[in-house]
Amino acid sequence: MEPSLATYLALSGILFTIGTVGVIFKRNALGMFMCIELMLNAVNLTFVAFSRYYADVTGQLFVFMVMSVAAAEAAVGLGIIIAFFRNRESIDVDDASILKN
Amino acid sequence: MISTAIFFLFAGLAIASAISLVYHKNPLYSAISLVGVLISLACIYVMLAAPFIAAVQILIYAGAIMVLVVFVIMLLNLDEDKPLNRLRYLYVVGGVLGIILLAQTFFIYYAVMRAPKQAVNVDETVGRTLSIGTAMFTEYLLPVEIVGILLLMAIVGSVILARRFQQPKLELVVDNEMEKRNENDKAMI
Repeated sequence: MEPSLATYLALSGILFTIGTVGVIFKRNALGMFMCIELMLNAVNLTFVAFSRYYADVTGQLFVFMVMSVAAAEAAVGLGIIIAFFRNRESIDVDDASILKN
Repeated sequence: MISTAIFFLFAGLAIASAISLVYHKNPLYSAISLVGVLISLACIYVMLAAPFIAAVQILIYAGAIMVLVVFVIMLLNLDEDKPLNRLRYLYVVGGVLGIILLAQTFFIYYAVMRAPKQAVNVDETVGRTLSIGTAMFTEYLLPVEIVGILLLMAIVGSVILARRFQQPKLELVVDNEMEKRNENDKAMI
């Protein structure tokens, strides 16, 4: 007796929901970044689950691509965070309002 | 039966770590919680007969990306997250969005549960490194190359972003040599 496809999808949906709420609630850029990683992982779980239940390798390849893009995003995103911290002495996203008014 | 128990153990661990990730104000606690989520998801991937993806998950996510994040947290020496003083409506927006997404999740759960069961052809060889590598370098060669270019662009971009914009004044050894020679020439004369 193995957990069904629906169970995996439910777990993935719950993780994605927590990630989305986290992106909105977090005030600091690193926290938002980590919540986005959580959302990417939730989507990866659906890919692997479908790949398992349809016996198709494409889903796992797509997971590999998503991981590579996440690595690129980590490099560029953390570079932006460091540059922002150097200018503002904080990584609160509310301080990034220099274009306002 | 035992696989269901293991699945619910790791699923509970993942959800608890995810909630802890959102709950904690200190970025370092959030990072550790995220590592917990990643490792429990890797265990679930092993259960889904995808050992290659599980290994890559541990290596790239829990290894490389999280080390980078923790390094940046340590580098910036951050204070705790300040409480939300303005933009209070974001709590409402976040709550409503969360409820909508949860409702959608349970809708999908019931829809997939009630769908007529297809003949699930469970093929254990799909997740093996051999089949993934074969597909990666035959059928999906172009996307793999594009991802390689993307990673190169990300490396160059992050180096330029993280650089200090003031150029240090270049001081060449050759200049000193030339000055010395000029002085020597003057002294000779």
